Amino acid sequence: MAAPETFDRPAESTAQAHPLTVRITHWINAVAILVMILSGWRIYNASPLLDFKFPRDLTLGGWLGGALQWHFAAMWLLALNGIVYLVYGFISGHFRRDFLPVTVTAILRDIGEALRGKLPHELGVYNAVQRTAYLSVIVLGVILILSGLAIWKPVQLQELAALFGGYEGARWVHFLAMVVLCLFVLVHVIMVMLVPKTFLPMWTGRAPPGPRESNEEKPA
Amino acid sequence: MRRLFKLDRTPVSPASKEVRRLERRLFLRQSLSLGALTLMSGCSVTDAESVQRVLWAMSRWNDRVQGWLFDPEKLAPVYPESAITRPFPFNAFYDEDEVPEVDAEDYKLELAGLIRERRPWTLPELHALPRTSQVTRHICVEGWSAIGKWGGVPFRTFLERIGADLTAKYVGFKCADDYYTSIDMATALHPQTLLAFTYAGETLPPKFGFPMKLRIPTKLGFKNPKHVTAIYVTNMYPGGYWEDQGYNWFSGS
Repeated sequence: MAAPETFDRPAESTAQAHPLTVRITHWINAVAILVMILSGWRIYNASPLLDFKFPRDLTLGGWLGGALQWHFAAMWLLALNGIVYLVYGFISGHFRRDFLPVTVTAILRDIGEALRGKLPHELGVYNAVQRTAYLSVIVLGVILILSGLAIWKPVQLQELAALFGGYEGARWVHFLAMVVLCLFVLVHVIMVMLVPKTFLPMWTGRAPPGPRESNEEKPA
Repeated sequence: MRRLFKLDRTPVSPASKEVRRLERRLFLRQSLSLGALTLMSGCSVTDAESVQRVLWAMSRWNDRVQGWLFDPEKLAPVYPESAITRPFPFNAFYDEDEVPEVDAEDYKLELAGLIRERRPWTLPELHALPRTSQVTRHICVEGWSAIGKWGGVPFRTFLERIGADLTAKYVGFKCADDYYTSIDMATALHPQTLLAFTYAGETLPPKFGFPMKLRIPTKLGFKNPKHVTAIYVTNMYPGGYWEDQGYNWFSGS
């Protein structure tokens, strides 16, 4: 796969913020996640783990059977799209280049700068907090899919289910991972609203024009 | 994908750049309004016939995938008797006070379809079959699970005894409570699939399916029919009470 950030761009053009594959998989993922969460809430409501149910109007599927149909259809979209993203991330160097390195020192420094309102948001370059968040949410996605598979197939995939403490354990892991994912989505969307210039580049791939000395791209 | 990258690489004149920006903006606006539409009119989108068709097609696809995933040798985990859930929950598509009362004297199990010996079976005849028992987890489509102990004849033994066509695709069940369901032959022949006559060592109580239920620890609870009155073997997809409404047919564990 060609490393897309190496192409020559006219001097007055804008910098590339996100490769095409990342943009496509990001938005497919957004749709898949939305369907999985909303149908998952309806499935949860059929037998709540906690003394709490999700508001019916926020859920997808109309009834348990409908929600299960949505969930087990969208799981293919989520998993296949996730595999494309992971393979791309490893092969293209996207993970190595954009997410690594991430060190405790850097995280602490960036949190400090963020709290003082001094953390610069450079399109195309992730700060240490972003790197940590994006790497963590990839791991979270893997946990969600594996625990979901364990719930779906607690007999055929009983060794996998055992990793989560059996069928009931897998239900809890799946539920708690969903909660953490919802928190991620919430923070993610709030950050985009706070820094709105990051929104369009996720569609177009291009950062808005402006002086970008700090964002020199490394040759791949 | 490569072509798209190439397109991006082509140097563009300011005019065509402007056009592209406009196109992009239009595309963006359309995508956004499509997204908003999906969220705001969730009901109409969900009910749209085409969406329903796709969801049902995906469910049929998932039937096939589960058929491939199903390992006829793989046993469901078994538990010690101390792990049995007490009390074991009652569950049906009606309330507990509507449980059908089946008269043991008059009871006959009807057989039909691709079966060599289709004479009906009485309860004493059925009870004379070799028995085994299991402590396994019953998993409901709703998500909850409970561990119970069932005893009865391995369904494979019974199917062989009546000369069922073991190469047929489906085994269907009709029940005294007007419930009906069907399973794939591979699951019917699984060593843990039981024609169960007892629960916790006692005659199956009415609420758990007297005089017999099919106990399948490799499938969700609703695939375990209670008060079975007729069994048939067929190559025609028989569906089921819940399956016809949208629960996935295979529903394997």
